[in-house]
Amino acid sequence: MSITLNVNGLDHTVDADPDTPLLWVLRDHIALTGTKFGCGIAQCGACTVHLDGQATRACVTPVHLAVGKQVTTIEGVQSSVAKAIQQAWEELSVPQCGYCQSGQIMSATALLDSNKNPSDADIDAAMSGNICRCATYVRIRAAIKHAAQQLS
Amino acid sequence: MKFLLAEPAASQPSRRDFLKCVVVAGAGLTLGVRLPQASAQDGAFLAEDDSFQPNAFVRIGSDNRVTLIMKHLEMGQGSHTGLATLLAEELDAAWEQVITEGAPADTNRYKNLHWNAQGTGGSSAIANSFEQMRTAGATAKAMLVAAAAKTWQVPASEIQVSQGVLSHTASKKSATFGEFAEAAAHQALPIPEELVLKDPKDFIYIGKQRLTRKDTGKTDGSAQFTQDVKLPGMLTAVVAHAPRFGGTVRSVDDSKARAVAGVVDVVQIPSGVAVLAKDFWTAKLGRDALVINWDDSAAFKHSSVDIMENFKALAKQPGAVARNDGDTASAMKNAATVVEGNYEFPYLAHAAMEPMNCVAWVKPDGCEIWNGEQMQTVDQANVAATLGLKPEQVKINMLYAGSSFGRRANPASDYLLEAVHIAKAKTNTPVKLVWTREDDMRAGYYRPAYFHQIRAGLDKNGQPIAWEQRIVGQSLAAGTPFESFMVKDGVDKTSVEGASTLPYKIPHLKVDLHSVKLPVPVLWWRSVGHTHTAFSTETFIDRLAHTAKQDPVAFRLNLLADHPRHHGVLSLVAEKAGWDKPLPKGWARGVAVHESFNSFAAQVAEVSVKDDGRFKVERVVCAIDCGLAINPDVIKAQMEGSVGFALAPVLMSAITFKQGLVAQSNFHDYQVLRIDQMPKVEVHIMPSDAKPTGVGEPGVPPLAPAVANALSAATGQWFDKLPLQLEGSV
Repeated sequence: MSITLNVNGLDHTVDADPDTPLLWVLRDHIALTGTKFGCGIAQCGACTVHLDGQATRACVTPVHLAVGKQVTTIEGVQSSVAKAIQQAWEELSVPQCGYCQSGQIMSATALLDSNKNPSDADIDAAMSGNICRCATYVRIRAAIKHAAQQLS
Repeated sequence: MKFLLAEPAASQPSRRDFLKCVVVAGAGLTLGVRLPQASAQDGAFLAEDDSFQPNAFVRIGSDNRVTLIMKHLEMGQGSHTGLATLLAEELDAAWEQVITEGAPADTNRYKNLHWNAQGTGGSSAIANSFEQMRTAGATAKAMLVAAAAKTWQVPASEIQVSQGVLSHTASKKSATFGEFAEAAAHQALPIPEELVLKDPKDFIYIGKQRLTRKDTGKTDGSAQFTQDVKLPGMLTAVVAHAPRFGGTVRSVDDSKARAVAGVVDVVQIPSGVAVLAKDFWTAKLGRDALVINWDDSAAFKHSSVDIMENFKALAKQPGAVARNDGDTASAMKNAATVVEGNYEFPYLAHAAMEPMNCVAWVKPDGCEIWNGEQMQTVDQANVAATLGLKPEQVKINMLYAGSSFGRRANPASDYLLEAVHIAKAKTNTPVKLVWTREDDMRAGYYRPAYFHQIRAGLDKNGQPIAWEQRIVGQSLAAGTPFESFMVKDGVDKTSVEGASTLPYKIPHLKVDLHSVKLPVPVLWWRSVGHTHTAFSTETFIDRLAHTAKQDPVAFRLNLLADHPRHHGVLSLVAEKAGWDKPLPKGWARGVAVHESFNSFAAQVAEVSVKDDGRFKVERVVCAIDCGLAINPDVIKAQMEGSVGFALAPVLMSAITFKQGLVAQSNFHDYQVLRIDQMPKVEVHIMPSDAKPTGVGEPGVPPLAPAVANALSAATGQWFDKLPLQLEGSV
């Protein structure tokens, strides 16, 4: 059926079953492939997007639940917080294979949006849903702190 | 993936040989990338767009872009940064002007100089490219300089090159590489003997600062992985696989699958039944609606417990001998004390972040593949054989890989061939095979399960005089095209490496092996045999030190007098970790040192243990000797990542079988490391001017024994199984 979604500030009308996970509508219908498939059961966080600013696992979110909300993907992040996170990721050379990093950046941005100066424990709590098999965690932690500093 | 290593000394061509190769094979070698039909007489290489391409590895455009044609896969290990550093160094390019592009499958031009094949693995990217990439850069620079000298009518020797700019001080002339790209293409190739590579004291990039790369697309979602490929008319395929290895389709009822709106076709292939649709979700709904009657009559039906019991029974008999120094049997009789240990290791999945996938487009006269391509020569041959084509009719596009850890370098080309079989049934239509995490987790090609048995004898002074180690497990090479040169006298080197190469001075030492045949597909897993041999040998050496009432570091150092690089990293890590300094209550330290892939790594792990048996790895200090450090920050990143990667199977990762069924399916039951479990990591690089060696794997082996030794120090318990199980833990 026809579904209209607002993604990164633009309306997209797609023909999809309303139970289709948001992830696959973004990737296959709207061709926004920065949001990644990793597990399909909300265990790895590679598919993290923002729904009205909240970090959300798109792989288990039926697309109908995103109707009427602002969907933001890695391609559409614009805020100063997101830009600071992306820049910190580059400056500290966080990515290795890079496959999980869209999701990491989306989770980290949501964290700094709600907590300007996160402690190690805050970072653990906010980021432990995002798996990185390259285990870039040392740098993810450092980059979040670096971005927080840049923003303060 | 040491398996493909030819003798490095013999296979590593001299710089002169390499240049000769460029010149002799010049036309095909260079122009083939862009202009397969063209020929060049004297190195005048102009690509279609007037860019300058002096050899197979570098292209300089009039837009001032320097493109490095990357022969190695980037899967997170930093090969792109590493090779770009080597090229930029000798070219004297500005770092920001260098971009990378995946090389096509072409063994002749792009082979791994440590292998007789094109591919990435065995921590060999930097080691095999060190002279090749520098020579490529120096060649291009010499031709740019020659072009400038001719145009400016000045001696070439007076032209300086820095940060992508050519300049002549006296005449006050200067120009970018881009301005001379076309003219450079008309210069003769430099004479190899006259090409001088930089003195290390003049390096501006090698061994220097962190080189950040902004062009990777890995922070804004634009990086292209295979999962992201979209071609006109492309279909996505999701496959139903047999639940047991060796199972086949007896019959299939696909009516419900075909009834799913959007399903385009259902295709039976050797590895199962594929459902095709325009998008993944529809194909998956179709796949899940298939009703398949599997024939399990010849399938694997064992359980992990039975497999290990079988290994233990085999370990009672002598195996094929991998190393035999002195006379262990006699020496053991003379020992004042004999210590014994048994070790059990489970199967492990690679669980790369990007589940395996592949795009294949079969046409009557060829096939094109898009893949996180790790072993071009083998994959090209396997795909060609499957389709009845010649290897050169198989074009392979190497994209970024969402990690691999060895999974994508498969002699069986398993997931590629699955994609090709589907695409063959849909000839002329591009097909993207997408595995779910469950498909990936249950597809096999695991790090094999192993059993180790070690006995060692100490003399009355606590000196080890005899060491016998028996290893039981599946061979990685058996049944593959690599068997003929990887297995010698019944010993697969990758099953015993790290044990058969034990560096400690023990006069009587024997290592033997039972290679067990089982239908579970197995494969190398980041650091290969060292994943288990480092654990058994380095925890056992701690037991010997404990028995001898000696400090674990001092005990090792005493036995490593003839191995200066082991000795060096161990001394360094002990010093940097503050080995002799007190720790908080409930904390303890453990150490391990191990050589793999010609690099030497030592780690000290600090753990804290709570009264209820729960423990946390708090900090890991690493020392690494990988010869000349090309990119210190990449080396540091690889050590950090190796610690986190290696910690998962210490704490929790394992693949187990129940009547042939894989018990795990996804990250909830095959657990991998998360950020809250990640210790602090400190990395120290041993200064060295030795030839550079790899860092992708060598940081992995010492971690598990260092952590186990720390826990033993804290609890007095010895560990003989991974994942570790602490008495009293919940």
